[in-house]
Amino acid sequence: MNFIRFINGSIKLILKGSNAYYAWLFFLIVLAVWGAFGYADQLNEGLITTNMRDSVSWAFYIGNFTFLVGIAAAAIMLVIPAYIYNWKPIKEIVIFGELLAVCAVIMCIAFIVVDIGNPLRFWHMLPLVGTMNFPYSMLSWDFFFLLAYLIINLTVVTHLLYCIFYKKPYNKKMVQIIVLISIPMAVGIHTVTAFLYNALPARPFWNSALLAPRFLASAFCSGPAILIILFQILRKITKFEIQDKAIWTIAELMVYSMFIYLFFTIAELFKEFYSGTEHLLYWKYLLFGIGDSKEIVPYSWSSITMGFIAFVLFLIPKTRKNFVTLNIGAVLIYTSVYVEKGIALIIPGFTPDVLGQIYVYTPSMTEIRTAAMIFSLGFLLFTFLVKIAIAIVFENYRISDISKKEKHLMREMPTT
Amino acid sequence: MLVLGLFIFGYSCSSQLSEADNHNPEINNSTEQIAVKTAGITEIAVEAPPLTDGIFPCNDCHSEIEANPERRELVDMHDDITAIFNHDSDNRWCLDCHDLNNRDSLRLASGQLLDFKESYKLCGQCHGLKLRDWKVGVHGKRTGEWNGKKEYLLCVHCHDPHSPKFELLTPEPPPVMQENISYLNRKQNDHETE
Amino acid sequence: MKQNKTRRSFLKNISLASMAALTATGCNMKELDEFFQRNFRTLSDKEKEDIIKNLEQKYKQKYNKEFQVSAQPAMEQVEFAYALDLSRCVGCRKCVYACVDENNQSRAPQIHWIQVLQMEKEKGIDFAHSDVHYNPEKVPEKGHFYLPVACQQCRTPQCTTVCPVKATWQEPDGIVVIDYNWCIGCRYCMAACPYGARHFNWGEPEVPEEELNTDVHYLGNRPRIKGVVEKCTFCIQRVRKGKYPSCVEICPVGARKFGNLLDPESEIRYILENKRVLVLKEELNTQPRFYYFFGV
Repeated sequence: MNFIRFINGSIKLILKGSNAYYAWLFFLIVLAVWGAFGYADQLNEGLITTNMRDSVSWAFYIGNFTFLVGIAAAAIMLVIPAYIYNWKPIKEIVIFGELLAVCAVIMCIAFIVVDIGNPLRFWHMLPLVGTMNFPYSMLSWDFFFLLAYLIINLTVVTHLLYCIFYKKPYNKKMVQIIVLISIPMAVGIHTVTAFLYNALPARPFWNSALLAPRFLASAFCSGPAILIILFQILRKITKFEIQDKAIWTIAELMVYSMFIYLFFTIAELFKEFYSGTEHLLYWKYLLFGIGDSKEIVPYSWSSITMGFIAFVLFLIPKTRKNFVTLNIGAVLIYTSVYVEKGIALIIPGFTPDVLGQIYVYTPSMTEIRTAAMIFSLGFLLFTFLVKIAIAIVFENYRISDISKKEKHLMREMPTT
Repeated sequence: MLVLGLFIFGYSCSSQLSEADNHNPEINNSTEQIAVKTAGITEIAVEAPPLTDGIFPCNDCHSEIEANPERRELVDMHDDITAIFNHDSDNRWCLDCHDLNNRDSLRLASGQLLDFKESYKLCGQCHGLKLRDWKVGVHGKRTGEWNGKKEYLLCVHCHDPHSPKFELLTPEPPPVMQENISYLNRKQNDHETE
Repeated sequence: MKQNKTRRSFLKNISLASMAALTATGCNMKELDEFFQRNFRTLSDKEKEDIIKNLEQKYKQKYNKEFQVSAQPAMEQVEFAYALDLSRCVGCRKCVYACVDENNQSRAPQIHWIQVLQMEKEKGIDFAHSDVHYNPEKVPEKGHFYLPVACQQCRTPQCTTVCPVKATWQEPDGIVVIDYNWCIGCRYCMAACPYGARHFNWGEPEVPEEELNTDVHYLGNRPRIKGVVEKCTFCIQRVRKGKYPSCVEICPVGARKFGNLLDPESEIRYILENKRVLVLKEELNTQPRFYYFFGV
């Protein structure tokens, strides 16, 4: 009952806001509806409405899924430096990080649901009622890890917000333990997603030992970028206190992971280009195209350029400490990793395909619309959750705010 | 578990194989069996030979024609065959395979006469490796039952003995480009594959 | 009190609505049965019989033809293998279309279980420089040879390991099969297959009614639906009855050979003994049952 009132209180919060808030909601809802009609087309005709075919059987949806897993992982990995550097707003960082992680995981699951051919048969993946292929199939592991991660984060963040709402002390021990578990789990979900690709000797582009480390490095480059921007916004509009130094430290950590990522990529490039085996074809398609097929070359180079500029901006202390260049860098690295995970990772894995044929893939309108639907719904959810969190954490929104009204209502009702 | 199961199955299969080798001595020891087997092979059931209507039986004409053993190019009858004859034409001619006196028979190098439905023995004189493969079912078009009666064709069903080299074939249509597979132009695809 | 009243009426309305919904779907009990059907390998013989009966009825309704759906298990003491003579294949693609006809493959969107690759004689087997869309006037084209590829029915298949729902597995006679009613369409197996042998029903498959093959196997050539993966099953509906796969029978040059590895008299054992065989991508340790050899 108390929980229902908590939910009620939360719903009341998200329905009220400034004009900017309503405009943002309206924009997201319009985008979601436009996307939903595109997805309806796909439900009707099947996945043939996408541009995926036998040669390139995974593409835009799985690319987005991979990227979002990285975001979900990075959101929590930020908790590590928060503990180590003993940042004051550690609790707030945990809460917002977990909210981002929850939204990202829900979007991940949504991308999987739209990608599979028979979504209603998802129950086949469950143990007992279905036949889960655990421990052999990496997809079973991924499914299990993602669900566990979602439940853990949802539990902690709901518990924290609920306790603050009811002015009750939260169960510190339980929260600490779960948060500590969620850190290796964050590393775990992204590693398991990397292993999904790594496990396939049929795809030499992904069958490199460096794939999982590269995944983690790129996740740690891009995930904190959102949080940097979010914390600056929160700092402006709420009582959220985070020192400049903390934000600069996050940026510094991102530089380390960017450098590691750069080094890993150079290692991969050296091995393929120097050895010059036929496995080089995949990297060639990505960076230079094969014959006349040069479709993803602009994407790969723009990703590299943006990433490099972001690296330089974050590396030089002057530009790192200047919030304008810092934010530009954050947007650049986020976009760079998005393009890289979405296109530069999946497509070259399938081009040329296992029989040497080249199928040129670009996302179809249906795929873009469905992705827009999922992203806008995810952003919507994140907006709502952040609004609730801000109110509860910074604006002292408590049960007393709604219970007064309830008492009033009770007094007005006729007694029998 | 699946992998373990497959491994166990594979192992038991291999042990079965070695057992089979040890318990089949008759092939190695009994000459009588080999003789029967050889006789059995001569009884390979084949499709009827593709004899040309109106030409066969050859003795309808040749019983009244004087047999001429001189090596020459035929110009009156059978000039259609002369025109295409391409079977080691530098060294071979008609009477190397056809019997001089009985045109309804073929002739082995030993002089032994053969019915047309045993023509594979004649081909096998020179093409021994092909004959060996064909008897087991490895050479030639394979139909029938893999665990029962295989259906055999004669060599001549595929290879014209007078001009054995295969003609080039017209290929069936290539697969549609995957870029052209779309739910919007399904009807177009139908026309393409027809 | 008022709150209690509203709560009671709410519950009543909900239960009425759900009962109505159930009775509406009661007409489609068979569809519900099919939806909740379990993984084929976990079913009892009786359950399999019922499912097959339902399938035959469904096909009769949909296609207006009598289908014979078989669930014949693997024969004892049988392990299939296949051998293809690379020196003989001329690239005529008759096998491709015989397979399409026998196995009810969709014509639009087009699915071919067999892909014939044209390769250059000077390069040998080199997938990166091969062409599946070759279309000359006559075959074989000078300077080229042909390599047909379909499911290799590997002994250590990677596709069966990665399936998250165990919808695909290797039968005791070596054929890798798919339960089309269990496959969720995630296409992980397609990413895992090194030979491009698996194909997805991107749209609703279309087979012209007059070309339907009604002699089908549950795990093989029965009509599929959109959203599931399919592939060559060595014509499971034929080979488990002693017949050769369609591709073997149609090949005009006799390039295709098939048999039982456990039978010392089979063509396959003869080929392994007397011809030199090779397999594709052997470094991936898939151990295919599909061999390639050179007869001449």
